[in-house]
Amino acid sequence: MTERMVRRSLVSQRVRNLAPSPIRRFFELVESMPDAISLSVGEPDFITPWHAREAAIFALEKGFTHYTPNRGILELRQEIARYLASRFGVAYDPESEILVTVGVSEALDLGLRTLLDPGDGAIIPEPCYVSYRPNTELVGGTPLGVVTREEDAFRVTPAAIAEVADRPSGDPEGRPQDGPRGRAKVLLLGYPSNPTGAVLGREDLAAIAEVVEARDLIVIADELYAELTYDGDHVSFASMPRMRERTVLLSGFSKGFAMTGWRLGFAAGPAEIIAAMTKIHGYTMLSAPGVAQKAAVESLRYGLKEVERMRREYDQRRHVVLKRLREMGLPCFEPRGAFYVFPSIRGAGLSSEDFAERLLLEEKVAVVPGNAFGACGEGHIRICYATAMADLQEALARMARFVGRR
Amino acid sequence: MQEQILQILQEDAHTTPAQIAERLGRSPAWVRKQIKQLEAQGVIHKYKAVINWEKASHERVFAFIEVKVAPQRGVGFDAVAERILRFPEVHSLYLMSGAYDLHVVVQGDNMKEVAYFVAEKLAPLENIQSTATHFVLKRYKVDGDIFAELETAERLPVTL
Repeated sequence: MTERMVRRSLVSQRVRNLAPSPIRRFFELVESMPDAISLSVGEPDFITPWHAREAAIFALEKGFTHYTPNRGILELRQEIARYLASRFGVAYDPESEILVTVGVSEALDLGLRTLLDPGDGAIIPEPCYVSYRPNTELVGGTPLGVVTREEDAFRVTPAAIAEVADRPSGDPEGRPQDGPRGRAKVLLLGYPSNPTGAVLGREDLAAIAEVVEARDLIVIADELYAELTYDGDHVSFASMPRMRERTVLLSGFSKGFAMTGWRLGFAAGPAEIIAAMTKIHGYTMLSAPGVAQKAAVESLRYGLKEVERMRREYDQRRHVVLKRLREMGLPCFEPRGAFYVFPSIRGAGLSSEDFAERLLLEEKVAVVPGNAFGACGEGHIRICYATAMADLQEALARMARFVGRR
Repeated sequence: MQEQILQILQEDAHTTPAQIAERLGRSPAWVRKQIKQLEAQGVIHKYKAVINWEKASHERVFAFIEVKVAPQRGVGFDAVAERILRFPEVHSLYLMSGAYDLHVVVQGDNMKEVAYFVAEKLAPLENIQSTATHFVLKRYKVDGDIFAELETAERLPVTL
């Protein structure tokens, strides 16, 4: 008995199997240097626009402090439906096809849990947001990474998706498995992309849609950065012909509306999938924060002008960052979405982590090593330009000095 | 693009054409040409500093004066306004809808000076029916610039 207790781990096998973040040590280093200029954040520098904060204060004053319906308050689901229809041309029924979640993170988790049986594969274009892979593993699915390349503007190609989908099993090494399970079932499309800033245009989406239909895939479209595109409006994957029925569209308020701390996102999709996601959400989360939902209603009704103001500001910073990076000789693909640039640092003769660590120690500028977003991110760094212009200029001047010494 | 140039300059008139060009992804020469054009058209009226007089050693007093005008034949609001706006004490002047006609912002070195101006210069003007003077106690936000000290929010140094 005693022997068994000693041997037993307190943590489940599943969690122990989760790979730790490859750059955990670097994180700790950044946290130990609070006076460094941080270009390593993943959120807006803007505080939530006042009208949304004021609406939340009003909701609190009115005593809006109880649980809300599992799906979220109807008022918000109606506003989301209106917003998705007018902004992206996709129609969803607020009664049955929209679920309000605690950030897009929860929506992603619910989507994966709902769609994947153990062993089912999720095709994940990389470099990508850090939680796609571990979240897939947590629900028992098999992550199937697809490398995207700078020469393709970090867009996932239909051929690459088809290649993975056509593998005999979902096993990453291609080992055969029994039965139909283990094959790719889900495609996780995170565009505009964190960390690359890549976007998919209508033609890209049309070509992907063909593969998706032919391979009978279901798409989880993480379009959280949809409001932040710089050369033309975002096109939602769900708006492509016949794709609405096989797409779970995820978005939220964190990035475009500068509401990260409110933890509010949503999923829109076919009623069958949304009902299943709501079932899990009802047991594991119950409901998203009520006050945040009220603030989100206000944001959708009156906040788009503020979103545009912030988007323009990001766009100006994007131009500045790109110009400076090119001046210092760091090749950089021009990002058309989100608020990140993902330059190549191979010319400096350092790994991503060494580059980031030395830049931090020598010039007190924090950036994120590209390998944090998948092994294929090696050779790159992620720079976030959601930072005040003066800080951005100073950080870039320091970085130029650093690169000049290599 | 011109609107963006205007917004940048309204925020900080010191921003150089080269800096503006960098932000908009255009050439400095192009930006200089746009600015020249905007200046020539009078869209950019002038460049000046925004001063928080409460922090200066030399304090200023501001008052808002509601003016009711009795226009006479041949003498419209514009004619009355033009007589008022020429006084250097008049900081801003607006024609209003509603309960009164002209909204005059007057600035002076002290309350006495402002009161003297209203009583001796403004009120006695022809066609002016009545005035109501409101002294400004504190300026929180002026022309889009906030004078109050607002706290800055902290962000985590690394988030993915």
